[in-house]
Amino acid sequence: MDVLYFAWVRERIGIPRETLETSAKTVTDLVDELRAREDRYRAAFADLSALRVAVDQELTDFDASLEGVREVAFFPPMTGG
Amino acid sequence: MIIRVQPEPFDLGSETDAFADAQKSMGAVVTFTGIVRDLPGEGLDRMEIEHYPGMTEKALEKIAAQAMERWNLGDILIIHRYGNLKADDRIMMVATSSRHRADAFAAAEFLMDYLKSRAPFWKKEFTTSGAEWVAAKDEDEAALDRW
Repeated sequence: MDVLYFAWVRERIGIPRETLETSAKTVTDLVDELRAREDRYRAAFADLSALRVAVDQELTDFDASLEGVREVAFFPPMTGG
Repeated sequence: MIIRVQPEPFDLGSETDAFADAQKSMGAVVTFTGIVRDLPGEGLDRMEIEHYPGMTEKALEKIAAQAMERWNLGDILIIHRYGNLKADDRIMMVATSSRHRADAFAAAEFLMDYLKSRAPFWKKEFTTSGAEWVAAKDEDEAALDRW
């Protein structure tokens, strides 16, 4: 699964994307796995209310299923326009 | 629907002309242009706009399709830049056309409200003393409730 990071999430984690082998069933499971890896992930995922998530390029919630998903992206609230 | 996500500047006049010229039997064209605001005090060195290639185009198409469904529109144009911009540069524009102006005005406002908080763009402001990500405002999220 490809995991992408944007804006300050990307800066905190230090990379724009990575490919992971994961058995996570939901986005929340994936976040827990990432948090357990290293401090930089713990720092990026400290407050989920400050984050948004997209699954296969569609905005969704943290309880979304990851079954059959190819791409997950984490980022702060968007500031377009 | 014409949707362009690009680093290059765009010419507001010729884009508006081309959009208006392409309309048939439309009585109204409304445009909105977003411009990089300078910062008070030390001033803005530059603004960097990051986006999510792939999702950005999909999100804009979805927002535009919703507007087409909801109002009686001729067409929609959305241009949004990314990369490095300076104060007073044009960031983005939307244009809408309709037979009567009310639809074109309402759709342009709807597009802007959704583009603000549902299109995956992030702005970072650079000044001489550092750089900061622009935070989303609560009122931008609240603005969606009226639709």
